[in-house]
Amino acid sequence: MNAARLSTIFWKEFIQMRRDRHTLGLLLAVPVMQLMLFGFAIRQDVRNLPTVVFDASRTQQSRRLVQRFEATDNFRIRGWVGSYTEALRAVDRGRARAVLVIPEDYARSLKRSRPVAVQVLVDATDPTASQSAIGAAQLVGLRTNIEMTGAQVLGPAGAVQPPLDVRVRPLYNPALNSALFIVPGIIGMILSNILIVTTAMAVVREREHGTLEQLIVTPLTRSEIMLGKIAPYVLVGLVQISAVLVVGHFLFHVPIRGNLLIVYLASLIFIVANLGLGLFISTLAMNQAQAMQVSFFFLLPNVLLSGFMFPREAMPVGAKWLGLALPLTYYLQVIRGIVLKGVGMAELWPQALALIGFALLFFTFSTLRFQKQLG
Amino acid sequence: MADRPAVVEVRSLSKHFGAVRAVEDVTFKIFTGETFGILGPNGSGKTTAIRMLCGLLTPTGGSATVAGRDVATEPDRVKESIGYMSQAFGLYGDLTAEENLRFYGGLYGLGDKLTERIAWARERMRLDEIIGRIVSPLSGGQKQRLALGCATLHHPPVLFLDEPTAGVDPGARRLFWSIIRGLAADGITIIVTTHYMDEAERFDRLAFLSRGRLTAEGTPAEVRASFGAGKTLEDIFVELQEQNA
Repeated sequence: MNAARLSTIFWKEFIQMRRDRHTLGLLLAVPVMQLMLFGFAIRQDVRNLPTVVFDASRTQQSRRLVQRFEATDNFRIRGWVGSYTEALRAVDRGRARAVLVIPEDYARSLKRSRPVAVQVLVDATDPTASQSAIGAAQLVGLRTNIEMTGAQVLGPAGAVQPPLDVRVRPLYNPALNSALFIVPGIIGMILSNILIVTTAMAVVREREHGTLEQLIVTPLTRSEIMLGKIAPYVLVGLVQISAVLVVGHFLFHVPIRGNLLIVYLASLIFIVANLGLGLFISTLAMNQAQAMQVSFFFLLPNVLLSGFMFPREAMPVGAKWLGLALPLTYYLQVIRGIVLKGVGMAELWPQALALIGFALLFFTFSTLRFQKQLG
Repeated sequence: MADRPAVVEVRSLSKHFGAVRAVEDVTFKIFTGETFGILGPNGSGKTTAIRMLCGLLTPTGGSATVAGRDVATEPDRVKESIGYMSQAFGLYGDLTAEENLRFYGGLYGLGDKLTERIAWARERMRLDEIIGRIVSPLSGGQKQRLALGCATLHHPPVLFLDEPTAGVDPGARRLFWSIIRGLAADGITIIVTTHYMDEAERFDRLAFLSRGRLTAEGTPAEVRASFGAGKTLEDIFVELQEQNA
């Protein structure tokens, strides 16, 4: 390693980055845009789910229950219907995505402390959307239970029997606010996807333009070439993280409960692992189109299997194992752990170690392949 | 000519890619200050030979030294003493001419000498009018002279040019060769591969490669004589090409 030669490559990479306004804009704007998109548009906590009510009880108590549902913001009452079938038709036609059914004996049963079932029917065509609605409905039930059983303490002893069975209680995110979950995920997603593609492209472009061959006849060593190519992107990655963290914090009120320094340290390891993967892809691809295709081969599993969108706990064994082969899987655990739970390296060292392992593995592989390809 | 020291010595050099014998048992010498041509049809092994001499490929058999360094055991030392200009020119299109020079100068560790060397390249390669311009829209001839400047900025004793005039118009070719003659007059040894047989007459000596083997070596006149009287180098080239087909 020669410092003067390395700084010469950095200098050149930065000039090229500055001249390529489109890519530069993309590198900086895409993270923030994706954050907005996921934060605002693709909310997993569905607000204002159109709801119709079939209230057979028609009492003051039943109307209070409806108000409680409305107060969660998850349900927006679009109308009242006169029968069960009419309610189902509203869902079938798409006028409503949820139905609240209150039985005729609702107020009577409550008065006599008898269990009563309030039905919430949710259109489950979109499972993620319905899930949060179900959660919210259960919360309403829970709160009602607490109030009523609390009141019953004063009444006949031993009569405590909750009218609704509620088991769900989301940890760390009681409001089912998906921005909290999504923002740290976005950091990982953007870092891996953008960095993998841009590094792979940057190296393949040199090959396509014949400059790589020219570099190899200079005294530059192969590791100097690789390091010189990726180092500027480490900086880009760190800028991207900062942008997403700032926007996430101020716009979506994502707390940063853990140590910010550890966030950056863990991210640095993750960035290096991804750049290593990008380099590895560049050794597999002969041109930029191929590099793009090979990159996509990694991008989709990143979205689907890493736990970014879908919980890994729910995946079949094979998909779970595949997910373990992705650096993003580990990084998501680290970043969510630090940002949302406020835990540190004491808890997260196995994941950090895995990321370091990935970085070493990818660099060894790509250096070996690089050596072989060029002579 | 033979009393001059050899700057490139090739002894029984071979390179096999699996079953393909790209270069087979080639031996020749190039003397200091010569302009030496390596000629041959496509697939004759000339690019493979040049890549071995530049330390890019490790020979399968035989040996070669360039500026006193063995290409197999000291490829890094070889790289310090050579300049190499590829067919693709190896320039960064989004950088200016001067930035390209500065970049390659930096890689060769020119340090304090960089400004002086850039001024040298600017004058010798006639780069005045393009020095501050972005490279990609420049003409083929301008890019070629800039690439030559980048390859010679560190004043290498040996310069390799791989088909340097491919795709360049005749006026630019003439200017290029006059610059090359100037470099040769400075004592730089220049090794060129080419397809243009009119250029072959310019070489002090040349080597014909065919199917990886050396088929003729000497001055243009000697090579012509070895293939029979009345034949031009172009005749010989076509003849070799037909043998290959």
